[in-house]
Amino acid sequence: MSSGTGTTRTTDGTPDGTPDGTVDGIVAPRRRTGRTAAAGAPRATVLYDAPGPRARRRTLVGSIAATVVILGLLALVVRRLADAGQLSAERWGPLLDPSTEEFGQVWRLLGLGLRSTLTAAALAIVGSVVLGTLIGVARMMLPGRTRWPLVGVIELLRGLPVVIAIYFTSRVLPDVGVDVSGLPGPDGLWYLVIALVAYNMVVIAEIVRSGVASLPRGQREAALSVGLTPGQTMRIVLLPQAFRVMLPALISQLVVILKDTSLAAVLGIYPELLNRANRIAQNLDNPIPMFITVGVIFIAINAALSQVAVVVERRVSRSTAHR
Amino acid sequence: MEAVTENLGLFGRGYLLSLQLCLWGLAGSLLLGTLVAACRVSPVPPLRAFGTAWVGVVRNCPLTVVLFAFAFGLPEVGVNGSYWWLGIAALVVYTSAFVCEALRSGINAVPAGQAEAARAIGLTFTQSLRSVVLPQAFRSSVPPVGSVLIAMIKNSAVVGAFGVGRDLFSVGNSLTSAQGYAALPVLTGVAVGYLLLTLPAGGALAAVERKVAIAR
Repeated sequence: MSSGTGTTRTTDGTPDGTPDGTVDGIVAPRRRTGRTAAAGAPRATVLYDAPGPRARRRTLVGSIAATVVILGLLALVVRRLADAGQLSAERWGPLLDPSTEEFGQVWRLLGLGLRSTLTAAALAIVGSVVLGTLIGVARMMLPGRTRWPLVGVIELLRGLPVVIAIYFTSRVLPDVGVDVSGLPGPDGLWYLVIALVAYNMVVIAEIVRSGVASLPRGQREAALSVGLTPGQTMRIVLLPQAFRVMLPALISQLVVILKDTSLAAVLGIYPELLNRANRIAQNLDNPIPMFITVGVIFIAINAALSQVAVVVERRVSRSTAHR
Repeated sequence: MEAVTENLGLFGRGYLLSLQLCLWGLAGSLLLGTLVAACRVSPVPPLRAFGTAWVGVVRNCPLTVVLFAFAFGLPEVGVNGSYWWLGIAALVVYTSAFVCEALRSGINAVPAGQAEAARAIGLTFTQSLRSVVLPQAFRSSVPPVGSVLIAMIKNSAVVGAFGVGRDLFSVGNSLTSAQGYAALPVLTGVAVGYLLLTLPAGGALAAVERKVAIAR
């Protein structure tokens, strides 16, 4: 780790989080406020100086060329889709036209799927945040060698693909006599949730650990010296501050959890959004419109979550600046 | 444990196939990710918009959705290929967005003063990029790109689960489902196989990181 902030480190090894917090959240805004160029004028970046008249002319030519190329590519794609009959009312109607007979049914099923996805995501999020915090704290507070087994388990779970974990829970848990049928909801839900929690709790544990590590050392020293026990220090002084620092990284990880619920569709163990969409697409023979729709739904939810992360990030950096 | 020892050859071949999958994904996503990153930081607004849109769309879509769209959608418009290549294409497209962001974070980590100093001593645009900015940017992007690539190794299991056949995941699947071996030992074998991919990759990454670390 050469440079960068605690946030970069925390999301190491997660499927997706790494660039999120750092790029959009931390580095960019600081850069922006540091610029002195007049508003509206093209700005210098670390890559190139503020352009003069010649560079601006070249940029204009480049812009026109790039626009032509991008629009051309888009036109090609649309043409290809149209030629293959993918833009027909027959394929899109069930998704877009309320007067078709399938419309109500399709959206009812997609709604059910979305509800299943959100249920699994919510359970997995709660589980992994709670267990992740406990594990993170345990890893920090266990003395010396007693933490080695814990570190081993953390590294093991982090190195395992989530899809394998889900496969594992759905196949092995019934074999070894773990019965989830007593819990509400279908069995697949709990296999999915258990696997997602197993993976994400260790990632969140690492986020918690680096959040605490990023705090000024004096916080802990002061808490201990006024007579708080190590446990109280962690609970009353360190964790509340660490949570604020790590919120952006935490939210990126929640986006990852939401995305990972759709892994259940590959194994077909739980009727979440993608699974339902896939079955509808097979019935109506419209995979392209269907997967585009599912993609848009996921993008909308995740973009909203990421936006929350950006807002939180801004709040946090403001409030820590005052401190 | 006989389930694993009896089928060691099968596991070995599965491991090699998974490794192959990862190497294709690695090459493809580094290439595509660099291209998208170049678009995203270029001075040309339409290219920047394209890069931003690419990242925004791909990063917020689950890999499984990309995979389903490639495997079931593309054949509908006449792009035919085996699940192997369609799966690799989906993995490359998905990972490219993260590689792009990791590279960009590396560029952002170079202090603006470095470029200003380079310009001040009279280096031209290409000189300043080649000998001042990019070397530092690449070194700073090693850790994030590395963790993206390790995540990609893990994601390659999804492509395997989708049924490219005979890779580690498929081996485990066929042994437990079709041949009725007990799930626990077989899946443990599969898990060990993936750990044999991710742990060395993590070690290699740590070594490279140490080598290129910049003290700031």
